[in-house]
Amino acid sequence: MALPTAFFALFFAYPVTAIVGRGLKDGGQWQLGRIADVLGDPDVLHVLWFTVWQAAASTGLTLLIALPGAYVFARFDFPGKQLLRAVVAVPFVLPTVVVGSAFLALVGRGGLLDDLWGVRLDTSVWAILLAHVFFNYAVVVRTVGGLWGQLDPRQEEAARVLGAGRLAAWRRVTLPALGPAVAAAALMVFLFTFTSFGVVQILGGPTFSTLEVEIYRQTADFLDLPTAAVLTLIQFAAVLGLLAVHAWTVRRRETALRLVDAARTTRRPRGPGQWALLWGTLVIIVVLLVMPLLVLVERSFAGPDGYGPVFYETLRSAASADSTFAVAPLEALWNSLAYGVAATAIALVVGGLAAAALTRRGGRLVRGFDALLMLPLGVSAVTVGFGFLITLDRPPLDLRSSWWLVPLAQALVGVPFVVRIMLPVLRAVDGRLREAAAVLGASPWRVWREVDLPMVRRALLIAAGFAFAVSLGEFGATVFIARPDQPTLPVAVARLLGRAGELNYGQAMALSTILMVVCAGALLVLERLRTDQSGEF
Amino acid sequence: MTATARAAHTEGQQLLRLNGVTVRFGPYGEAAALDAVDLDVAAHEIVCVLGPSGSGKSTLLRVVAGLQPADTGQVLLEGRDQTRVPTHRRGVGLMFQDHQLFPQKDVAGNVAFGLRMRRAHRADQRRTVAELLGLVGLPDAGRRAVASLSGGEQQRVALARALAPRPRLLMLDEPLGQLDRGLRERLVVELRRLFGELRTTVLAVTHDQGEAFALADRVVVMQDGRIAQTGTPLEVWQRPATEFVARFLGFDNVVEATVQGAAAVTPWGKVPVPEASPDGPRRLLVRPAGVRLVPVADGLPCTVAARTFRGTHVALLLQPSEGPQLEAACALRDAPETGERVGVRFAAEDVVVLADADG
Repeated sequence: MALPTAFFALFFAYPVTAIVGRGLKDGGQWQLGRIADVLGDPDVLHVLWFTVWQAAASTGLTLLIALPGAYVFARFDFPGKQLLRAVVAVPFVLPTVVVGSAFLALVGRGGLLDDLWGVRLDTSVWAILLAHVFFNYAVVVRTVGGLWGQLDPRQEEAARVLGAGRLAAWRRVTLPALGPAVAAAALMVFLFTFTSFGVVQILGGPTFSTLEVEIYRQTADFLDLPTAAVLTLIQFAAVLGLLAVHAWTVRRRETALRLVDAARTTRRPRGPGQWALLWGTLVIIVVLLVMPLLVLVERSFAGPDGYGPVFYETLRSAASADSTFAVAPLEALWNSLAYGVAATAIALVVGGLAAAALTRRGGRLVRGFDALLMLPLGVSAVTVGFGFLITLDRPPLDLRSSWWLVPLAQALVGVPFVVRIMLPVLRAVDGRLREAAAVLGASPWRVWREVDLPMVRRALLIAAGFAFAVSLGEFGATVFIARPDQPTLPVAVARLLGRAGELNYGQAMALSTILMVVCAGALLVLERLRTDQSGEF
Repeated sequence: MTATARAAHTEGQQLLRLNGVTVRFGPYGEAAALDAVDLDVAAHEIVCVLGPSGSGKSTLLRVVAGLQPADTGQVLLEGRDQTRVPTHRRGVGLMFQDHQLFPQKDVAGNVAFGLRMRRAHRADQRRTVAELLGLVGLPDAGRRAVASLSGGEQQRVALARALAPRPRLLMLDEPLGQLDRGLRERLVVELRRLFGELRTTVLAVTHDQGEAFALADRVVVMQDGRIAQTGTPLEVWQRPATEFVARFLGFDNVVEATVQGAAAVTPWGKVPVPEASPDGPRRLLVRPAGVRLVPVADGLPCTVAARTFRGTHVALLLQPSEGPQLEAACALRDAPETGERVGVRFAAEDVVVLADADG
């Protein structure tokens, strides 16, 4: 537990406290009055209000659209289900910048809808909400659908036999069992949309701004650190509260449900109602999830002289780009991959050790540590990035010019995923299997190698894939600390989108497509691993 | 010669010796799972620890295996103190209650595990695995997945796995606990034959007296972390030492009595006792077989309260005119109907004078 603690203290707690301190201190004096000043600012209140209501609206909309999907995936068996399940998950690991550009290509100026019907949504809040649904559809389908599929249908049947109608049985038996999972998914979606940065940054324009975007603006554009510090604190408090609620619902979800093998509860749809539900879900997935990605690809090939790989070709040379880059945009791909590998390695070591420590020990302290591990998901990545810049710039830790700065920051966001994935698997290893191996003459090291490792190997690979995808997509912190001559893919995309001109736009779409393909490829490999696992155990 | 080696020498054949082993659980160590247990197991002996759940049986095995440290006392294997020896160097085998086969390995991989840990030659491993799988009656199961095995097959694989490294002591935790009755009775016979052939020293724990009596050379009955009685199956069955042992074996005809010479005064009247029973206030067990039915006038008058058909005999519950209810057994054709009145006499050879209650 020592290494993960040190890692979080040094690369998370220290930078965040330092930057908050710098914002709120003046000549060694705490200036707490600033909190009140900032909170009294109508502009800030406006941002706060928008952040809350867009998150609530996004969450509601996501649940409304994704819950029927969760049911379809949980209970129906149909050809191509595995593939569809993977497709649904792709948006979740996509970088927010790509999601933003995809929606821009769909509903923005010169976008598909603009071309066809002259409809533009990029100045309306609908673009943001739809992008959030796109992004979080998988969260609901996975968490709720996963549990739904494992609920024993015989419980509902028992209620039917006891005289409850179809709807009453669902309402009295299934819904209460599902409730905590729905709440947990809703909270997760709320958390992600509450701290949304890339999507709002690209689609929000000057009108709409979340706390996270505002922190970025105050820090990077206006250099108003006090305001940024106060906003960081507000976001921190809100996220802490959300995480506490989340932890509570998760614990409730784990209690006292009779679960069965999900493969046994699915069947082919019966009757027109169920077929309609299945087809409706398919249509929604195609329109909402697949279309934006296809449009993105389409735009990346739509050159000035008809379709062709023009934008991809220009990515290779530095000369064709304007002053945005000192290097060829394609370099960003290699940067991203290298950073991703390093960040994945760090996240696996730190997260794996943390998960192992959490498995072996119990108690209140450990549970607190468990919750702390989730914090980087909610704390403003912008703050972390800027904190890195101002704290890790002098001896003994002068990392300012170090290549490792970026992977360290990205690993911070990857660790929570690694812990979340590894923990249930490690906890599920029966302690007596380890004992059986010891009695048969295996030393503790051999026990780990022979018993633990084979069982967690898949989880380890899945965790690695997630950490890799997260690292590829990380934007908020990386945009601060990546050196101008070593941009990552999302940073390069954002820079290109920030410039006018058809070439920049087309290159942004092309880079986004590359990023999407890499992420989706990683995810499809993971999906294979996952199904192997469910097939065997 | 070191002190421990000398001790081993003078102790003769004792393979396992527990000296005052105590294990306490709970935040303040208030619950003793094992309370100053002394136990010896000789080489090639099959000892069965019998007791209800919670009597400390499994803890006993875990202490010997080194999976659970003893708070006080010593575990000696072949005369050597094992306190500082980690589990994997103790050279004992343990078959877990629910087998704990490694799910990611096939049957052969499970059986070979202990041999691999001892760095045995591959050829030796293959030979031993084949030999053991043949011995447990699964000669062709080597490549099968563990999940595809039935409960009985899993049990055999677990046994083969535990036997493969030739442990000096094999421990079995409820070896047949989860199997159905027919399979259990067959396997118990097989196990005893197998252990005899291999000359294995065995320490098994079970809550099933039938299993213990069929398997063991010596039975140890445990109660609340202490040893209540030790003896051959016949001794324990015929002469339960305490009321606890008697009741655990299923005997419920236990009453307060005062022994005077050849008879005891009980709520059921005078009951003859075996010769040379010590005089004084005691508790008395009358086995159902010792309750003989006679005409009403010739014995203690009773009413038949219930009768249960048990296959080989009929169990009767009798309500005497005074005193607690009595259990009796009789052949089907002699069995009276419920409500009938019968007389009862007691046979001295089925009467046992028990030690003091907490013995």
